[in-house]
Amino acid sequence: MSTTTVEHVDRGPLSRTELARQIADDIPAGSYVNLGIGQPTTVADHLPAERDVILHTENGMLGMGRAARAEEVDPDLVNAGKIPVTETPGASYFHHADSFAMMRGGHLDVCVLGAFQVSASGDLANWHTGEPDAIPAVGGAMDLAIGAKDVFVMMTLFDKQGRAKLVPSCTYPLTGVGCVSRVYTDVATFDLTPDGVVVTATFGTTVEELRSRVDVPLQVR
Amino acid sequence: MTLIAQDADAALEGVTDGATVLVGGFGTAGQPVELIDALIRTGARDLTVVSNNAGNGDHGLAALLAAGQVRKMVCSFPRQSDSWVFDELYRAGKIALEVVPQGNLAERIRAAGAGIGAFFSPTGVGTPLAEGKETRRIDGRDYVLEYPIRGDLALVKAHVADTRGNLVYRKTARNFGPVMATAATTTVVQVDRVVEAGEIDPEVVVTPGIFVDRVVVSAVTTVLPEQGAAG
Repeated sequence: MSTTTVEHVDRGPLSRTELARQIADDIPAGSYVNLGIGQPTTVADHLPAERDVILHTENGMLGMGRAARAEEVDPDLVNAGKIPVTETPGASYFHHADSFAMMRGGHLDVCVLGAFQVSASGDLANWHTGEPDAIPAVGGAMDLAIGAKDVFVMMTLFDKQGRAKLVPSCTYPLTGVGCVSRVYTDVATFDLTPDGVVVTATFGTTVEELRSRVDVPLQVR
Repeated sequence: MTLIAQDADAALEGVTDGATVLVGGFGTAGQPVELIDALIRTGARDLTVVSNNAGNGDHGLAALLAAGQVRKMVCSFPRQSDSWVFDELYRAGKIALEVVPQGNLAERIRAAGAGIGAFFSPTGVGTPLAEGKETRRIDGRDYVLEYPIRGDLALVKAHVADTRGNLVYRKTARNFGPVMATAATTTVVQVDRVVEAGEIDPEVVVTPGIFVDRVVVSAVTTVLPEQGAAG
């Protein structure tokens, strides 16, 4: 992490792979980490073994390994996205009540989640679009949001209509209140602090440009 | 005492209409498909089913839903790429749904099994899933009051049982099994095999037999060859 805001204007936005690598680089050695379903899962590809990060999957395992290859597939060994995975040496299995005690009890260091919206005060909306005909499904998202010591959000800063997903106040149904500590996007990274939103880096854009497109006061340091 | 049942049909004797059934499994991992098939054969209707998901594909829980025997699903994540049976019933207004955050679901079941009257959870505070529920600030943090979920029947899949009903599970197929086993009037467990009492190391028992009423050996074994005995 840089201590002053860095504007990377000599390049374009981060690719998905670069974004995953950047989040991985910020995960401290020896952490217990939960990577949410979907894009956050790809962060695992950029965690070197010597970092000794232990992956938690909420369906009941610590020490989760990479995705299983064809000959390794075991229907009894899946991740939270129900994808077959492998175990690493020192892995452990446990039931759901213990697994969520690890979150709620504050034992998990970092959780990386996707988001529809994040508010300046760290509210997270990532489980429901609010559309009346959508079938609600929350899974472990609410438990993860309030459970990990640090919740990192991984998302694009703008939606397909070009609207910022970092907002003064979420319009989608909430997953958790005041729970997000950092937001990683393709064009900028943000620290959500008690004093406001701090831009820590930009990619292919400037803070000034972001200020014109994001309806949240953006600080630099 | 734990009864080693002849088959799944015998193990499910006495199921009544309107029962609340806790069904183990996370997706298909740990889903007690043979017990669910036997539940379908009982013809019991108007069931409330508590399970993490609302069925995958056309088998197991999805088949129970398709048979029209379920009045209400209580689950954390009904909508999946292969949950077409549930999706159709829900959109047609033929099934009720209570969505519960996954950790609260596990803890509410655990609370029932542990004799806890209710508990305050930080999960869901300030969200639509806490609407209408009592909240309380404790030591500066907000919590929502959650009540236990008790079953008339729990259907669980484990790996090995001994004749005392002690259970060990296999990998992430353990998931809801150990908490559900504690929380029902009658707990029925489908296992890959039953061994004599004493053959499971007491240090590795996950579910003690006191929580297990009936055990039935699977007719179909899905276990991979390299898997050891009762470990």
